[in-house]
Amino acid sequence: MHKIESRNVDFFYGETQALHDISLSMKENTVTALIGPSGCGKSTYLRLLNRMNDLIDNTRMEGSILIDQKDIYLKNTNVDDLRKNVGMVFQKPNPFPKTIYENVAYGLRVNGIEDKKIIEERVVTSIEQVALWDEVKDKLKKSAFELSGGQQQRLCIARALAIQPSVLLMDEPTSALDPISTSKIEELIHELKNQYTIVIVTHNMQQAARVSDNTAFFYMGKLIEYDKTKTIFTKPAIKQTEDYITGRFG
Amino acid sequence: MNSKNNKLARKKRISQNIAFGIFTAISYAIVALLFVILAFIVIKGISVISWEFITAMPSEGMTEGGIFPAIVGTLCLVFASMVFAFPVGVLAAIYMNEYVKDGWIKKIIKQMTNNLAGVPSIVFGLFGMSLFVNQLGFGDSILAGGLTLGLLVLPVVIRTTEESLKAVDATFRQASLGLGASKWQTTSKVVLPIAFPNIITGLILSIGRVSGETAPILFTVAAYFLPKLPSSIFDQAMALPYHLYVIATSGTNIEKSRAMAYGTALILILIVLISNLLANALRKYYGKKVKMN
Ligand SMILES: Nc1ncnc2c1ncn2[C@@H]1O[C@H](COP(=O)(O)OP(=O)(O)O)[C@@H](O)[C@H]1O
Ligand SMILES: [Mg+2]
Repeated sequence: MHKIESRNVDFFYGETQALHDISLSMKENTVTALIGPSGCGKSTYLRLLNRMNDLIDNTRMEGSILIDQKDIYLKNTNVDDLRKNVGMVFQKPNPFPKTIYENVAYGLRVNGIEDKKIIEERVVTSIEQVALWDEVKDKLKKSAFELSGGQQQRLCIARALAIQPSVLLMDEPTSALDPISTSKIEELIHELKNQYTIVIVTHNMQQAARVSDNTAFFYMGKLIEYDKTKTIFTKPAIKQTEDYITGRFG
Repeated sequence: MNSKNNKLARKKRISQNIAFGIFTAISYAIVALLFVILAFIVIKGISVISWEFITAMPSEGMTEGGIFPAIVGTLCLVFASMVFAFPVGVLAAIYMNEYVKDGWIKKIIKQMTNNLAGVPSIVFGLFGMSLFVNQLGFGDSILAGGLTLGLLVLPVVIRTTEESLKAVDATFRQASLGLGASKWQTTSKVVLPIAFPNIITGLILSIGRVSGETAPILFTVAAYFLPKLPSSIFDQAMALPYHLYVIATSGTNIEKSRAMAYGTALILILIVLISNLLANALRKYYGKKVKMN
């Protein structure tokens, strides 16, 4: 049983094909790292999983992607529900221009939850989940922009968790952060794995090795190799993979 | 070989220094020119500036007294045009940037907006006269003049708003939509607050433009001489740029009112300057507030 399953996925920006025949499946409660040189299609693939590429004009997707055994690209798919189920965290921390509290409450409010108690409970739980509570509990009414970059990123994760997704997509979530903040996020990923299925794009090889169970190596829009992280980093089957992880290119 | 390389490097350095020198000189020259113009107007006009000048009605065939009605008229026109152009322009830009898909329709609308910005202002005046004054029967009035000026700055408002919206990182939209927010919730609660300080810049530019335009108000609102304040939007009004034109070219005694003309110009510049400062302060304040709430 796979939580996420892509079958023969092609993706086009206008006439340019960015993904070629990607078939890739992920089990529940695992962390999958997507690695590969810049421009190889990692973010594009990630955005397919919550249909964010729908927002980009003149794009086209072929093949199918299933989450919980349901094809998410069917005509009758409820995209709002899909996106609530598949949370996303971005490269640069992007808190909304709101207070710390309201950032996390946002997803609840836009989904019509009005009960103050429920909102408060979920906000607190989510902030605790990302191990940020002690740092922000006295300034929940302060602007989220007052937090450090690492704190902002954890707040963004809390924001995503508040609406209780089951999948978490992370696009180079630590590339804008210092080493200490980075290791905090990595610890967090370890924790969250128990409850969520995580797909993380990273161009940091050590990070992929540290946090993920499985690793997929993308190159020029193609999935070159996909295996247990350990295997990929110790005895990759394909020469290109080896060249990449040993730093010979990319 | 080596000396050849050295020669080449030296040549490069020299031409680079010359280019930098020219650019620097030009930019200083522009700043200097600005100061010369300002100084010129201040020197020629400062003598007539007094409390009476800005609060009194013109008298003695506009060679004495003040320019109060023209100041009030210009402020009314700025206000009227903004009340029209700002919401319309901002909504149009939101629609264009957030809702219309890339494609030929969008391209055509964009091109049209740009063309509109290039139409000479006297043509707007003519159009305003035909539509607002005659067809819609507003007569020569603040309403007709304000709408005409509003049309004139609409492209500026649209373009600056669009630029401000474009500057908002796509991941803010993705994050909001990713939480299940609707497009409108995303636009109004996330994108607009982030873009707003920059959108205000559009307002600044428009205010400056509107208060200085003469041609669009010529046939739609401006009165040659009207020693009373407008009491409704259907009244005619005097306006600073037109008043300036009148007393500089066709007043009752051009020589005698020369200093008053410079005084009027000075007030006009001051109004633009003050509105810019005000809008800047607003922008700073709002920028802070965006981060706060
Ligand atoms: N919005 C877009 N419009 C057109 N082309 C895009 C867009 N986003 C990405 N691409 C192209 O698709 C390819 C894959 O990009 P991306 O998925 O961002 O790579 P990665 O995340 O691995 O660096 C690149 O060639 C990139 O130029
Ligand atoms: Mg990327």
